[in-house]
Amino acid sequence: MRSRARRSRALGRLVFLGPGLTYLLVLLLVPLALLIAFTVFRRGRFGGVVYEVTGENFARLLDPLYLEIVLGSLKLATIATLIALLIGYPTAYLIAQLPRKWKTIALVAIVLPFWTNFLVRIYAWIILLSGPGLVNSTLLDLGLIDKPLELLYNQGTIVTGLVYSYLPLMVLPLYAAIEKLDPQLREASANLGASPARTFASVTLPLTLPAVFTGCLFVFVPSFGNFIIPELLGGGRSIMVGNLIRDQFLKARDWPFGSTLMLALLAVLIILLLLQAWSARRA
Amino acid sequence: MRRSRLLYVPFWAAYVFLYTPIVVLVVMSFNAGESPYVYEGFSLDWYGVLAQNAKIREGLVNTLIVAVGSTALATVLGTLLAVGLARHTRSRTLDALGVLPAVLPDLVLAIGLLVFYATIKSTLGLHSVLLAHTVFGMAFVTAVVRTRLTGADTSLEEASRDLGATPFTTFLRVTLPQLAPGILAGALLAFTLSIDEFVIAYFTAAPTTPTLPIVIYSMVRFGVTPEINALATLLLLVSFTAVIVTQRMTRLTESLS
Repeated sequence: MRSRARRSRALGRLVFLGPGLTYLLVLLLVPLALLIAFTVFRRGRFGGVVYEVTGENFARLLDPLYLEIVLGSLKLATIATLIALLIGYPTAYLIAQLPRKWKTIALVAIVLPFWTNFLVRIYAWIILLSGPGLVNSTLLDLGLIDKPLELLYNQGTIVTGLVYSYLPLMVLPLYAAIEKLDPQLREASANLGASPARTFASVTLPLTLPAVFTGCLFVFVPSFGNFIIPELLGGGRSIMVGNLIRDQFLKARDWPFGSTLMLALLAVLIILLLLQAWSARRA
Repeated sequence: MRRSRLLYVPFWAAYVFLYTPIVVLVVMSFNAGESPYVYEGFSLDWYGVLAQNAKIREGLVNTLIVAVGSTALATVLGTLLAVGLARHTRSRTLDALGVLPAVLPDLVLAIGLLVFYATIKSTLGLHSVLLAHTVFGMAFVTAVVRTRLTGADTSLEEASRDLGATPFTTFLRVTLPQLAPGILAGALLAFTLSIDEFVIAYFTAAPTTPTLPIVIYSMVRFGVTPEINALATLLLLVSFTAVIVTQRMTRLTESLS
């Protein structure tokens, strides 16, 4: 009896966990392992990989040329994250105060653009910001400017595109945290004579700080490695680390160095994830 | 409770910011003029031009083949995995592995798969995109179904077992019907994501088998034409509908936050 139960449990595990885990092993873990392995090999003369161990890929990471691109991406992603936080926090805060019915509508309206085609949303900004586009023509009509501004193809446009694309990812975790706050805490603070600003600074903000980190991470991670926004809205001049990685694989065909850049990108993201987990545990 | 009026500025700014580009795009898709930027009156001409575009039609067919195939595969694998993770193991590592493709940056997954296909000397084409899309589709199906299982009442499953049903009868006759709405929502999510997915398809498709987002990407790179406005409007319509339906079935926004 007992051995039959054990056999049926083992069979259940095999049938339910087996197919999915096998799939993930072959098409997720093996590819990631290959990327990591490639970082120590030499590039082939015509692309591809020569299986000969070398440290030169890691040495190249420190080349000022690449370091500058990595630091530039860090800067743009950080600015985008901070702007998203400044818009996202008050938005999440107000949504959490809305009556139930409006709450759902306001929340769905925030995530709706996020679930639509990424390229379409980026493309919409080209239409909006181009020379004869709506922003310029409105400013011209209002007499605020007398010739169209160069709104496209600079770092500001890249940041706009990043904030636009990932703002919903900032609002969602913040909303969840603010919604969960006990309103009595704020009432108590007000009853004890604290101003709304004081209540926010010493009650609301500290309690929602882990969500602030989560939201920042959700915006920063996809911003940092992005290559489409810098390419379509940045005019290809100011490249980010995502463009650099893409080019190593599709243009330069230097897979080992591309893999090393990828590993560096992942290392930055993993450090941030660990910091976030640490801050959530402390809270 | 008193709240500052100043809060309303970023709140409304967020919605204006999110929807202005979309509204402008939709309006411009009905433009009678030749320019993608300047509105000159209403017409459906660009939708007609769009229907004639063979490249877009080809991209659409490729996209649908990949989306239907990967959704079917992801739904079966993801549902089994979710039940396995919830009922047949307590490993938190395996739990984390199940959602890893959904949190991993798409560029990492895309290039990992490109390198993998090259290493095993597989050709690229619709099959390689389909298998790649299954990886993240499965993660979303697993996550949605897994969430349902965590909150679910297990007494029916226990009753079924106590009455002598095998684990598989229990799964087919008790668990599966209970999970059906979650599975459907997960499948819809995987389908929507597959249709819109660009980065992974960009690296794992062959030049001869572009999906619709790849066609859009090359059109946008070569310059803006009004028929993209029409195409973009249709894509917005499809995604909006799918998301609202999914939201109704699962309270998507809540399970994601």
